[in-house]
Amino acid sequence: MLTLEFFLIISAALFSLGFAAVLTRRNVIMILIGIELMLSSANLNFIAFWRFGPDPDALTGVLFVLFSIAVAAAEAAVGLALIILIYRHFKSTNTFNFSLLNG
Amino acid sequence: MTHFPLLSLLIVIPLAGAVVTALTPSTRAGLGRQVALGFSFVSLALALVLWIRFDSATGTMQLVERFSWIPALNADYHLGLDGLSLLLVLLTGIITPFALAAPAPAARNRNIYFALVLALQGMVFGAFLSLNFIQWFLFWELSLIPAFLLIRLWGGPVRSAAAYQFFVYTLAGSIAMLVGFLAIFLATGLFDFIALAELGRNGELTAALGDRFSFNMAPETLGLLVAGGIFLGLAVKVPVFPFHTWLPEAYTQAPTGVSMILTGLLSKMGVYGFLRILLPIFPEQVQAMQTPLLLLAVATIVFSALAALAQTDLKRILAYSSINHLGYCLLGIFAVATVIDPGAGNNSGREAALSGVFLQVFNHGLTAAALFCFVGLIEARSGGLRGLDDFGGLRKVAPVLCGLMGISLFSSLGLPGLNGFVGEFLIFKGTFALTGWAAVLALPGLLITAVFLLRILNRVFSGPLNANWTGLPDLSFRERMTVAPAVALMFFIGIYPAPLLELFNQTVIVTIQLLP
Amino acid sequence: MADHFWISHFLWLVPVVPLLAAGMLSVSGNSRRNRAVILTLGAQILSFILASLLFITVIRAQGGTEEVVRLAVNFTWFEFGDTALRLGLLLDPLNAAMLVMVTFIGLLICIFSVGYMSRDPNFTRFFAFLSLFSAAMLGLLVSNSLLLLFICWELVGLASYLLIGFWYQKPSAAAAAQKAFITTRIGDLGFFLGMIWLYRETGTLLFYDGGAGLLEQAALHGLATGTTIGGLALSTATALLLFCGAMGKSGQFPLHVWLPDAMEGPTPVSALIHAATMVAAGVFLVARAFPLFAATAGPDTVATALIAVTWVGAFTALFAACIAVAQTDIKRILAYSTVSQLGFMMIALGVGGVAAAIFHLIAHAFFKALLFLGAGSVIHGCHDEQDIRKMGGLRRFMPATFATYAIGMMALAGFPFFFSGFWSKEEILHLAQGWPASPIPFYLALAGTFLTAFYMTRQMVYVFFGNYRADQASSEKASESRPHESPPIMTVPLTVLAAGAVLLGLVATPAWPWFHHFIEGGAATLEFGKLFTAGTLGLMLLSIVLVAAGVGAAWFLYARTSLGTAERDPLERKRPGLYRALAQRLYVDEFYDATVIRFHHAAGRAADALDRFVWHGLVMAVSGFSVLLSRASQAVDRRFFNRGFDTGCETLRTSGGRVSRWHTGNIQTYLAYIGAGLVLLIVFFAWIQQA
Repeated sequence: MLTLEFFLIISAALFSLGFAAVLTRRNVIMILIGIELMLSSANLNFIAFWRFGPDPDALTGVLFVLFSIAVAAAEAAVGLALIILIYRHFKSTNTFNFSLLNG
Repeated sequence: MTHFPLLSLLIVIPLAGAVVTALTPSTRAGLGRQVALGFSFVSLALALVLWIRFDSATGTMQLVERFSWIPALNADYHLGLDGLSLLLVLLTGIITPFALAAPAPAARNRNIYFALVLALQGMVFGAFLSLNFIQWFLFWELSLIPAFLLIRLWGGPVRSAAAYQFFVYTLAGSIAMLVGFLAIFLATGLFDFIALAELGRNGELTAALGDRFSFNMAPETLGLLVAGGIFLGLAVKVPVFPFHTWLPEAYTQAPTGVSMILTGLLSKMGVYGFLRILLPIFPEQVQAMQTPLLLLAVATIVFSALAALAQTDLKRILAYSSINHLGYCLLGIFAVATVIDPGAGNNSGREAALSGVFLQVFNHGLTAAALFCFVGLIEARSGGLRGLDDFGGLRKVAPVLCGLMGISLFSSLGLPGLNGFVGEFLIFKGTFALTGWAAVLALPGLLITAVFLLRILNRVFSGPLNANWTGLPDLSFRERMTVAPAVALMFFIGIYPAPLLELFNQTVIVTIQLLP
Repeated sequence: MADHFWISHFLWLVPVVPLLAAGMLSVSGNSRRNRAVILTLGAQILSFILASLLFITVIRAQGGTEEVVRLAVNFTWFEFGDTALRLGLLLDPLNAAMLVMVTFIGLLICIFSVGYMSRDPNFTRFFAFLSLFSAAMLGLLVSNSLLLLFICWELVGLASYLLIGFWYQKPSAAAAAQKAFITTRIGDLGFFLGMIWLYRETGTLLFYDGGAGLLEQAALHGLATGTTIGGLALSTATALLLFCGAMGKSGQFPLHVWLPDAMEGPTPVSALIHAATMVAAGVFLVARAFPLFAATAGPDTVATALIAVTWVGAFTALFAACIAVAQTDIKRILAYSTVSQLGFMMIALGVGGVAAAIFHLIAHAFFKALLFLGAGSVIHGCHDEQDIRKMGGLRRFMPATFATYAIGMMALAGFPFFFSGFWSKEEILHLAQGWPASPIPFYLALAGTFLTAFYMTRQMVYVFFGNYRADQASSEKASESRPHESPPIMTVPLTVLAAGAVLLGLVATPAWPWFHHFIEGGAATLEFGKLFTAGTLGLMLLSIVLVAAGVGAAWFLYARTSLGTAERDPLERKRPGLYRALAQRLYVDEFYDATVIRFHHAAGRAADALDRFVWHGLVMAVSGFSVLLSRASQAVDRRFFNRGFDTGCETLRTSGGRVSRWHTGNIQTYLAYIGAGLVLLIVFFAWIQQA
């Protein structure tokens, strides 16, 4: 029987993977992918808490996730557009080269 | 107060004139001077109107304007006119157009120069008319600012040092005076000259000082300290030996017109202070310190005359001569303070001395201003040279200049028939009757004055004509018109001084009656 | 009596007329020569007519009475306080006689000047000054107030200053003018002091004021009885102070030094001012104030002030006569002679002979003006040469000048019987002989008489006898440089003056002492017998012998040897040391240079140094101290307060910099921090949960 913990552990693993990708990858696109992974883990959590929550019949969890996926898609689009602009500006996708916020 | 505020008008006109002159476009040469002269003539006319309206039969304040000004300090806006004020107002009215018409510095911003002269005139009028310390002090101090600027901006090569020394020295004296008056105010709550004179005559002022302050001192000592502070402020302005060292420098460095005003008017503010403040308010203290004060006056006379003997710069000679002549005023003032046995009932000596001082104030203003004007005229011709030995034989090329300046020099050395003599005679007559020894000690001053003034005649005007000055032009028509009124006045006062004496006679009598 | 005095209403016109002329001339241009002459002469003539009318009026009013006629017109000049200062005009025999003399000689000298100054570029100004002088001198004579007298006194001093320095381009003239003014002013200070002292004691400066005047009984009594420092009577002290003024003006020792130098002025000026009139003002002052001088005299005692006057006069009379012996400048000899004669006048005053003094004054005015104008004529004729050693033999070239000069010389030397100088000097000697205080002034005066005859003869011999010596020096130009007689406009005044010098003697002989009685009251009668009283006759013989000895000695010394610039003076050959001392004017000027003048310059420099270093130094010290204080305060600010604040800022800045290093600008680093924070939070919550 699949329990809530199972999903939560998967979700946590997924989040950690994504977070690790964001922290460690130098390529911006890879970082974007890591962010997508972290979003997915959040979506998974939504679904899991909905299914194992007190009112599994209402479609609240699914709706949340659907919105979230739509927002993620938009975010990916905007993100990619930003990346392209960054690339055009810096001629690079490596985050080491982006240090304008340096204090 | 129903009458028209003529006295305030007298103060306002020059100040308004200063603003207008400053705003006059400098594109047309000479326009600024004409505007300033116009305003100064209006002031002169107003001063003459005051003379006509003035009732010389009484010695009290006339045309008084008084209303509440700073209630917290018990300070009123208080203007009034008596013989002394009127005399000095007339002098100011005469000297200012004279100074404006004298050679002015050829720098840019001449309109500002003329405007500052007019502003100075307004301040001086204010000082001569105010009857309240705060108000008087305001004008007294404000007059320093235009004077400072005039010396600092348009003066000679070391103008900066001279201007600062003049300003700081006078200011330091003023501070001593201010402290003195604060003590008086704290003790009596009064700033009004007339009310204070009343207290001073009755000896209540000393008592009040003693009540208010203790400092473990006797009231007399306190009174002396306060009087000393005020003396210091006035002494620097006059100046009294040994507080005079700023004067030769300032007079020498100032441009001609400003020297004329400094000697003709600003030094008179000091003498006026002695007559209006020190003598009426502190008669006891002046009497107590009479001997040292007379010695100071004698030292002023003798040392300045001797120092003039050692100078080679015409302006410096005249500056020392100015100190010397003011010394006679001080001599008269301090002699007047002599305690007179009331039984004797003869005030002739005091009246003579005080009348002499009044006359001397007017005469010296006129003569010294004229002499500085003449030196200015010479300077304008010689390109700034004014050494005693830079010239020689000028009588040949400029007989009118030399003749008129000669008359002024003789007026200065007290030749009878010219104005200087009458005042000096009366001062010496009075001083000798009151304190004979001081008159005798001061007498050599008259001789030394003659020596150094004749030396000017001798070195500058006589002898073979210096080859550098064969083309020196004589006075132009405009210049003659500038100096002619002054010279004419010298003759008039010398021959017929009665109108002038009549003007302040009652004031003299009242002033003396007020003395204990 | 009042109807006699209608003319006195015009008394003020006497000085005012020339004053107006002076005023008009001083503002008119230098080119108006004719107008200058007309104005000046017109004013002089008018004054002379007025003066004569006044003189006649006084003679008629006096009419042989014992009382001296005296008319005073007083008026208020100005008022101070409750007191009115009054001035006044006076007419009495003393000034009536003087007025005639001054206007008459003034007129003659103006006429002479028209010729003498004809080529001067400042012709107009000369006459303006001359008119000013006349006005002041006449004002001095008619004043009834010590103050008015002082005013005019100073104005004659001014006119004298202007005229001595008339040729201002000569430095020596300018210096002489200055010296004259200042030397007389020294005396004038005494006068001034005496005047204000008298004013203090008596409350009036009027001489005569209907009983309340300075010289009237009440005031004099008060002055004579009051005493002052040193036990002097007030009258004595004030009289001596007034006498200081008289000494300055009348060139009495030790204030005589200016008078010989005053000869730098044009010769008519020397004649009018420095011989005839102004220098006599001192004598006039003493005569005018004589009651004051004599106030302490009792029936048998001599007034102290007059003793001083006598001694000063006697010493000056001899002293100046000695110096005159060794001078070579024609005008300087006359100048010292003037000083000496003024000494005689002072002797006369001192021994109580006001009339004698005034008579000698007037007689001297005539013959000394004559001598000076004669000297002017000689100088003019010899082309502005003044050294008597370069003259000689002029009697052939200028006979008119010679004749008149000889008359003047004889009058001055006191040739007997026909010259005014003889009678006036006789009267002085007579009075001095009878002076009870001391016989010495009499002997000094006798010596002076001898020397006067001596130096005048010496001068005559040098100038008019022998050969013309300037020719020897420049013989090639001999024809054009020959001396010539002066034009009539100059010789006519000489003749008139010569006549006066002779005729004046008639009115003051012992036989008919008209002048004496005119001045001092009483009627004069003609008594030839008085000429032959023992005292008079003996003294006359004595003085004739002395004059003859003086003339003889000089003739013996000078007429028989060759004279000239190259030769030494015969007297110098005999007594070189004495002669040099006399020629150097007994070193009085040098003495003054070394003492008084040097002292004044030193005092001037000392006062200047006092100013520059001590007082100015004090001011500078105070200001320096203030600057020092402000520097110190600035240092405290900079080192202490500013440093503390700066350190704080620095710490903040460096630490901030250090912290800012955490801001790498790399988002991933920030994210890592967030991650670490998350982890920490989780651990923290977990820990909380457990606790």
